[in-house]
Amino acid sequence: MSSESMPIAGAGNLPGAARRVWLETLHEWLITVDHKKLGLMYIGYALFFLVVGGIEATIIRIQLAVPHAHFVSPEVFNRMFTMHGTTMIFFVAMPVLFGFANYLVPLMIGARDMAFPRLNAFSFWMTAFGGLLLYFSFLGGDGLYGAGSAPDVGWWAYAPLTSKAFSRGHSTDYWTVSLLASGFGTIGTAVNLVATILSMRCRGMTLGKMPLLAWLNLVMSGMLLFTITPLTAAQIMLMVDRYLDGHFFDTHAGGSAAIWMHFFWIFGHPEVYVLIIPCFAFVSEIVPVFSRKPIFGYPVMVAATVAIGGVSMSVWAHHMYTIGMTSYENAFFVLTTLAVGVPTGIKIFNWLGTMWGGKIRYAPPMMFCLGFLFQFLIAGLTGIMLGSAPFDWQLGNSYFVVAHFHYVIVGGILFALFAAFYYWYPKMTGRMLNDTLGKWHFWVFLIGFHLTFDFMHIPGLLGMPRRIYTYEPGRGWAIWNMIATIGVAFQIAGILIFVFNLVHSYFRGRVAGDDPWDAWTLEWATSSPPAACNFAVLPEVRSRRPLWDLKHPEDPDWKYE
Amino acid sequence: MTIPQTLPSSPWTLPSRGRVGMFCFIAAEASIFTIFVVAYLFYLGKSVSGPTPREVLELPIFSSVCLLSSSLTIHLAVEFLRKGKSGAFRAAWGLTLLLGAIFLAATGLEWRRLIVEKGLTISTNLFGTTYYSLVGLHASHVTGGLIGLAVVMVLALAGKVRPEHSGPVDVLSLYWHFVDAVWVVVFTVVYVIGR
Ligand code: HEM
Ligand SMILES: [Cu+2]
Repeated sequence: MSSESMPIAGAGNLPGAARRVWLETLHEWLITVDHKKLGLMYIGYALFFLVVGGIEATIIRIQLAVPHAHFVSPEVFNRMFTMHGTTMIFFVAMPVLFGFANYLVPLMIGARDMAFPRLNAFSFWMTAFGGLLLYFSFLGGDGLYGAGSAPDVGWWAYAPLTSKAFSRGHSTDYWTVSLLASGFGTIGTAVNLVATILSMRCRGMTLGKMPLLAWLNLVMSGMLLFTITPLTAAQIMLMVDRYLDGHFFDTHAGGSAAIWMHFFWIFGHPEVYVLIIPCFAFVSEIVPVFSRKPIFGYPVMVAATVAIGGVSMSVWAHHMYTIGMTSYENAFFVLTTLAVGVPTGIKIFNWLGTMWGGKIRYAPPMMFCLGFLFQFLIAGLTGIMLGSAPFDWQLGNSYFVVAHFHYVIVGGILFALFAAFYYWYPKMTGRMLNDTLGKWHFWVFLIGFHLTFDFMHIPGLLGMPRRIYTYEPGRGWAIWNMIATIGVAFQIAGILIFVFNLVHSYFRGRVAGDDPWDAWTLEWATSSPPAACNFAVLPEVRSRRPLWDLKHPEDPDWKYE
Repeated sequence: MTIPQTLPSSPWTLPSRGRVGMFCFIAAEASIFTIFVVAYLFYLGKSVSGPTPREVLELPIFSSVCLLSSSLTIHLAVEFLRKGKSGAFRAAWGLTLLLGAIFLAATGLEWRRLIVEKGLTISTNLFGTTYYSLVGLHASHVTGGLIGLAVVMVLALAGKVRPEHSGPVDVLSLYWHFVDAVWVVVFTVVYVIGR
């Protein structure tokens, strides 16, 4: 959204010329390898799919609002929850986080671009292509057999449901190929981020002086290398089964359905940490600035993140307690799962420690961070509950699980993302997001979130399984489902306020200046939006808060660090 | 606001991004292979019909020796390039290419024998599925590597590869070493443990 993107103004009376300028701008964005443009494209792409996935969620919730509803057919219902889950994880959460990482990491480590700019563009277009393929299935999924449209096997696509006998047509193939394609893009991004963070830092920025955002994205990318790839491997196996009549997951020929679960969750569990760690990164940057204190316990934060990254690679089978494992396996996965809670708890205390005694400013970025802290804590607690095998035998595959992970993903990830939008939008566009609208957005969305997901725990405890098309009246589930659906209306209203704010402030917002929050990391030393080369002269740093040093020459950080 | 460069320039070196990138890529590839190897081991002896590995597999000693020695030749080639001995570089690089091609051809012949004479295809039984997938995944990586090697060879013959290019060439050689190392694992799993 740099100045080039608005060339039409002033050329209004020359339609031909205007069209040419417009085409040139489009061309420029299509062929760009600039990390800031690619970052914005990731973010825009993800926001689009957020709306699409949100519509699917709304359809699911309307269908479940009352017993015996027939708002959509059972087939459409299955497609909706499959597409909703797949879209939100792979085409909303991952791209939007990659977008912020792309935009922010080079700026914060004082570099002019990512390590491999063309690989960066390749990754984006692979991701974009993956999303298109997934949605093309609505048209092309019919295939030769005339069965099915969009995929309907759930986001985890358990075998043998994905075998040819049970998934006719091509919808499952679109699901597979789409995730393979975007997976290659993801591997590219991970390679690129690691290489950027290790090899492109400006003078003086040792690993111990990197902003936490860079550290956390380093851990996240390192994890991705080992977690997205098992999914890639499993998808290749599934393709072998479906196209070449292989037997990997074919139980008639001795294959195993459980091994697909293992492969999927070896990816799936670390994946949820891949999503939350960049959100920890946002919070770790925003909370100090809005508490006017440096982050509390920087080395401990880094160590805790590395620990989370490591341990979360060995907890995957807590998604599989109910398939019946040996007691040794159960014990192992319970212990590792509960162990993840320790470094996570350490982080929460560090953020609290940062706020303790600080001068807290209640602007929208900070408000969303506080929401994040509160909600992520509760979500972690229900996670620990589900992590205990006996509890999970009771509640696995129920709405309690759905409530748990939406508490993390909406209450945690989405809230941290909103905080990041309010915090970095001025850098990206040069204008502030409107404060009042931001507060409305916060409160309306907060109410909607709690209406939907607090009350969703209850039908889970009462035994309502997930992924059911509809249910009988008289089981005590109806009222809670109704409340959850009402919450969706509030959430939609909140999102509309947010989108309106994004568009409105782009044209009318208060001009931000380079450093509207009086912050301390390098991105605020560039102009807003930053020039194509980011820094005219590459910076040199001596502490973790280079802009503090610059603003307070009498009391610089590097004397103490 | 600009951050002035106030300090007297102290030495500041960071790891080469090419090598870091390649190591990350190799880590990712290694975990793809790990999953396939795990699947192979998990399904050993679980086929409900024949043929079994013992009945049909023969040890590919010659092609394995070729592939493994290509690691040595590519290492020498990079050393030659660094020292500016372009003739020796081309010879060693060409030899690497040749050894890799022999390996690939041998795999092709082996597959032909299995399919035509032994009637083992990817859909025959679990063994066929896992065998062709694992060996095929490796062979596709050899093919990718050979394409990369061939591009460098063409450029070298055109006189365009000079000592200052030893960085990227070295990065490519890392990939080739990885492909060779994976073969050691695949060989052990498929032909030693699995037979
Ligand atoms: C201390 C932290 C956490 C613990 C102990 C934990 C534990 C668990 C357990 C045991 C399950 C399986 C429940 C079942 O299927 O029966 C689960 C499901 C899930 N969790 Fe968490 N969790 C934690 C944090 C997170 C985070 C940070 C995220 C996301 C960013 C997350 C996302 C999910 C998702 C998406 C599922 C459901 C997947 C599915 O079944 O479709 N969790 N969690
Ligand atoms: Cu998990």
